[in-house]
Amino acid sequence: MNFSSIDSLQSALRERNYIAERGLATSLYLALKLKRPLFLEGEAGVGKTEVAKVMASLLETELIRLQCYEGLDVHHAVYEWNYTRQMMHIRLVEARGEKATEAELFGPEFLLRRPLLQAIEQSKEKPPVLLIDELDRSDEEFEAFLLEVLSDFQITIPEIGTIKTPNPPMVVITSNRTREVHDALKRRCLYYWIDYPSFEKELEIVHARLPQAPEKLAKQVTGFIQELRQMDLYKLPGVAETLDWTTALVALDQQALDPVIIDETLGAVLKYQDDVDKIKGDQTRLILDRVNAGVD
Amino acid sequence: MSGHLLHNLLLFGRILRGLGLDVNPGRMMDLVSALDYIEIGNKSDFFYAARTLLVHEREDLELFDEAFDLFWRKPAGSWSVEWQGLVRRRRSNKPIITNPPLKEPPPPENDTDSNSKDMMTVIEVTQTYSTREVLRHKDFAQMSVEESEAVKDLMVHLRWKISERRTRRRRPGKGEMLDLRRTLRRSLRAGGEIFSWSYREPKLKPRPLVIIADISGSMERYTRVLLHFIYGMKAALTQRVEAFVFSTRLTRITRPLQIRDLDLALKNVGELVHDWAGGTRIGESLKYFNFEWGRRVLGHGAVVLIISDGWDRGDVELLDREMARLKRNCHRVIWLNPLLGAPDYEPLTRGIRAALPHIDNFLPVHNLASLEDLVNRLADLN
Repeated sequence: MNFSSIDSLQSALRERNYIAERGLATSLYLALKLKRPLFLEGEAGVGKTEVAKVMASLLETELIRLQCYEGLDVHHAVYEWNYTRQMMHIRLVEARGEKATEAELFGPEFLLRRPLLQAIEQSKEKPPVLLIDELDRSDEEFEAFLLEVLSDFQITIPEIGTIKTPNPPMVVITSNRTREVHDALKRRCLYYWIDYPSFEKELEIVHARLPQAPEKLAKQVTGFIQELRQMDLYKLPGVAETLDWTTALVALDQQALDPVIIDETLGAVLKYQDDVDKIKGDQTRLILDRVNAGVD
Repeated sequence: MSGHLLHNLLLFGRILRGLGLDVNPGRMMDLVSALDYIEIGNKSDFFYAARTLLVHEREDLELFDEAFDLFWRKPAGSWSVEWQGLVRRRRSNKPIITNPPLKEPPPPENDTDSNSKDMMTVIEVTQTYSTREVLRHKDFAQMSVEESEAVKDLMVHLRWKISERRTRRRRPGKGEMLDLRRTLRRSLRAGGEIFSWSYREPKLKPRPLVIIADISGSMERYTRVLLHFIYGMKAALTQRVEAFVFSTRLTRITRPLQIRDLDLALKNVGELVHDWAGGTRIGESLKYFNFEWGRRVLGHGAVVLIISDGWDRGDVELLDREMARLKRNCHRVIWLNPLLGAPDYEPLTRGIRAALPHIDNFLPVHNLASLEDLVNRLADLN
């Protein structure tokens, strides 16, 4: 699908139930047009990963995801040889009284394609969306390697040769900032910080994703979460928590919030015991009163 | 594109650079090509396009927004006054770099003749040795200006090293993980017969270090020497070293300390910190650290050094809670207390009593000998 303007991209995202701010839509649009990676930062649960998923569905292409972790190396990110199969092959050929050559052992059928190689190979046909998730979890060694791949979208496998593509995939990199990612990498990318949404935006998201939620409940939950984000908590709830909590309340057949049900389900919203202790009880009532004053 | 717009764009880029943003010509070119795809008449799209291309740090977003507003929206008349305000607020953690001062010429040689020179050297060596011994054990707070200068020189020679941790990255070695890749490669040379197995072992890496130093009034006599010590550690260690100071609030001083010239670095730190020798609120400062920085700098098995005498005027319960949180999020908490050097010192202040249960090592930091001891401890944290 080709987009002629930021408007058309923004409304296409909305049709797929992703409510994007104008700024994010602009970044995505330019990432497509300029063929540059998009670097997304923001607190946990604001929908960073979701961006890549919805873009893949929008572009009617595949989503290839590389989840980062410490120690992630070329063999897990790019390619690896299937050693067990190679050994079996050697034995089978031996059993026929022949000898396996290196050329056949290191041929494409023994190659295990990992996300980065997959993304580049598939780009020749139809560029996929490549999601490099939580880059801050990987280490500096991988970051340096990634910088190289992102600058020319080619990968060299000594036994096979260089694989490259004229049409790079759409790359979305996310980070939760548990570590500062190197400037050199960020400089290659478009940058966007996803903030917590406003009350109106968040309510819109709840409506879009959970149309079955009663109107009053949706408003109250959104208002309650917005209030929580103003408080002095160790871990503020993200949009993911708003959706989880609403889902939980709908499953419990709640039509509206009340202090008892809030305290019983607070675990869906706050993930640290300190924070739960702080809000449970008196605070719950106070916040709910404020929310109701705003909703009615 | 009209020449006028291009001119303004380039000027805007220069201004952003002047404010300390990392804007290079490459990004400006990107912006120019991006303008082909958006409607320039639409200010908000132009704004977001410029922002996504020219900014890549969250901390810079606000400054960019204001500069953009000023440059593209305000009539030129109201410019200069507001501009001054913006320049004053420029990214304050960006070091201000001026040329390092020229080194002073070495002091003239003593006017002794060459015959007695050898003798003099011998005497000087023994003297230096004994003065060094005295200096090693003298409390920083009781030093004269000359002595503390001498001790700063000696500090340069401390060999900092922090024990390593096993990372998840592996390399060929004697570990227990089978290395199929190498095993097969080697077997191929023998025609596919496996004669020996290859293994992999975890790669070791030095632990990151986080220093949180108290610069409140009660620590004043130690502050200057300790800043030298922090600077020295940062310069000597290859891993990431993050440094923070606090009295009533916490300030990150990692960036200004990165400069090579020590005096200039300390001067920049001085300009950045606004609460020198103020009161002490350890609890609040640690809370701020935990909330704002903890998740970003404590990863990968960090070692935390807190330097403070523990005189706290803040909320003790808060200190207890935040120390516990800090302890859970790092590998080791080491508390360095200059008062611990005094023979009759007992950790009775409310602050220290609240913090003690969450501390792994409680060590003195009042003289050079205690720093040398710290060097050994850090190298062997197992």
